[in-house]
Amino acid sequence: MSKTITIDGDSIPFEDGQTIMEAAAAAGIYIPHLCHHPEFAPHGSCKLCTVIVNGRACSACTFPAMDGQEILNNSKELNDDRRRITQMLFVEGNHLCPGCEKSGNCQLQAIGYYLNMLDNHFLHFFAPRELDASHPDVLVDQNRCIFCTLCVRASHKDGKDVFAISGRGINKRLIFNADSGLLKDTDLDVSDQAAHICPTGAILIKRTGFTQPIGERLFDHKDISETSLEQEQGDHDR
Amino acid sequence: MYDYLETAETTENLRRVAVDPISRVEGHGKITLLLDQDNQVRQARLHIVEFRGFERFIQGRPYWELPVIVQRLCGICPVSHHLAAGKAIDQLVGIEPENLPSAANKLRRLLHFGQVLQSHALHFFHLSSPDLLFGFESDINKRNIIAVLNDYPDIGLQGVKLRKYGQEVIRMICGKRIHGTGAVAGGMNKALTQSERDYLLSDVDQIIAWAAGAVELVKKIHGSNLPYYDEFATIRSNYLGLTSADGALELYHGGLRAKNDQGETIVDHVDYCRYNDYIHEEVRSWSYMKFPYLLSLGKETGWYRVGPLARINNCDYIATPMAEVERLEFKAHGGEAMVHSTLAFHWARLIEALHCAESIKELLNDPEVMGHDLVAQGEKRYEGVGVIEAPRGTLFHHYQVDENDIVTKANLIVSTTSNNMAMNESVRQVAAEYLSGRELTEPLLNNLEVAIRAYDPCLSCATHAVGKMPLQLELVDVEGRLIDRLIKHGDGAIEHDLGG
Repeated sequence: MSKTITIDGDSIPFEDGQTIMEAAAAAGIYIPHLCHHPEFAPHGSCKLCTVIVNGRACSACTFPAMDGQEILNNSKELNDDRRRITQMLFVEGNHLCPGCEKSGNCQLQAIGYYLNMLDNHFLHFFAPRELDASHPDVLVDQNRCIFCTLCVRASHKDGKDVFAISGRGINKRLIFNADSGLLKDTDLDVSDQAAHICPTGAILIKRTGFTQPIGERLFDHKDISETSLEQEQGDHDR
Repeated sequence: MYDYLETAETTENLRRVAVDPISRVEGHGKITLLLDQDNQVRQARLHIVEFRGFERFIQGRPYWELPVIVQRLCGICPVSHHLAAGKAIDQLVGIEPENLPSAANKLRRLLHFGQVLQSHALHFFHLSSPDLLFGFESDINKRNIIAVLNDYPDIGLQGVKLRKYGQEVIRMICGKRIHGTGAVAGGMNKALTQSERDYLLSDVDQIIAWAAGAVELVKKIHGSNLPYYDEFATIRSNYLGLTSADGALELYHGGLRAKNDQGETIVDHVDYCRYNDYIHEEVRSWSYMKFPYLLSLGKETGWYRVGPLARINNCDYIATPMAEVERLEFKAHGGEAMVHSTLAFHWARLIEALHCAESIKELLNDPEVMGHDLVAQGEKRYEGVGVIEAPRGTLFHHYQVDENDIVTKANLIVSTTSNNMAMNESVRQVAAEYLSGRELTEPLLNNLEVAIRAYDPCLSCATHAVGKMPLQLELVDVEGRLIDRLIKHGDGAIEHDLGG
């Protein structure tokens, strides 16, 4: 008899060692998330995957699945909270979708659509964020960084540790592992996974913007719940 | 010349009348008049009071964002900005227009014909036809597209559908009707598919017929009161625009040609990358819009007009047959080398719309428009200039980038800027010839707006005013005290309140 958890009333099996996020994805249940990626250790920072486990709020990406858990995921209250969190992410950075080349492929934008976010609600921080275009092939636009640390984790896996997060509050920013502080002086190569992992438009491959036409972008025909499950179930199968 | 009305000798004992905002144009502007005690106009100005700042805030951005960001200047002619920026960034990757892959070149041309067709249809039917069909001083409740649809349903509906067709051409190529993507450095990002081509082809003959009908309509209107239409707001001017190497009407790419009011050539086949050697801009304190002029003629007489009237006047011929027949009739009508009638802008505009419809059919029947060789790359450069004939006239985009692909400098001369002096002259002409000495009423003031509207100005390219725009007329005495005020509310209601 396999162990099970219950998500929104549906009983699903899990394997020992799986997080709630992993068990849910394997069962085809989408839990909104931005900083989680199945290839990397969970970080638990974006808080979008917050679910109610036996009455307590937990991050689904870090919390282990345990037999008999009663989990609330797709409720109005949780999605309202997730929408507020997404709005905070939008006002914390400078996210101008109309001119952004990641539009249509951006997970932050897609989460906004998924959660029916119709405005920013909060006042914009208008934080001064810098752009580093010094690298010949990769551009970092700090305006769009949501501090998910996926690039930090990916670059660690690449064996290079090019990226880290530094500073606090409004001065928090992505920093680069070079004495000059410039991306061009790091070991980053355009083929590194870290250069391609950004869920928003903060880390971009130069001179490729807008080459993918509208209609062929990731979220043009499917929302993020579908693409996310397809991708993560594919990863799981591999 | 009515330049004596630009600045009154003294403002003492003059009262001010403002038309603010000007309705049924794109963007926000106002007209001010200073009148003496006998209602004689002493000063008349068109002010552009919005400031956009695009040239500044695209600095520091990577160049490949340019076509997508700068198209946000406008919701009516975004494709023109998109393509002008596209042509400029082609040069940044070392691609001159003649080196653009043929399929990309044809796709961009098709896209731009769709843009010009929809913009011209919008301007004529939605914005200007109420004046032309009901009369310049007609009942204010009539002066909107809804009244046109009620009283002339066939004409109104054809206008809406002509515009829709142009928008559909854009959607097939850019993925969206407004603010899509298409031009990338060195080419285009998507081929036109067979099904998209067939979809557009299925309606194109009807569109050509409607466009031809629109030219007949404007000719009928113009002919119905010939002396008035020829003289209202009319000024003699120089004309500037692109033409092809053999002098044909050209909307996407060509050399700069300028002619004077006699039709004599001032410059011809000028490489537009050297525009700065030929055109300078003057700043005046009372408007955010600059005043460009041809350097060789100087500030006083070097101002010029752009747009449909300039293009039809300047070109030697039009490459599509139906539009060429109309061009010949248009030119013959004037009786001299150039047609100067400001209201003939409408006529010229619809000849261009017909040319666009014919050209769209021609391109759709060219198999190469569906080609897949869409992008070329050359040697990186640090400066790029893109010039295009936007619906409203010659549009200049000029960028410089650094070694990291970041924009360091930008200069845009948008079409309406080139018509700034001319629009002011037309306003002064109407003020002097039609308003001066008369008791000002709302319908009378619409004459000023009719003069501006003929140019189809895109005053900021952001806000769009259709029909019942709120309007406020203030009568202020020399000490600045409010004497009288006429307010038109958003619902069309007119209120006359005595201020003071």
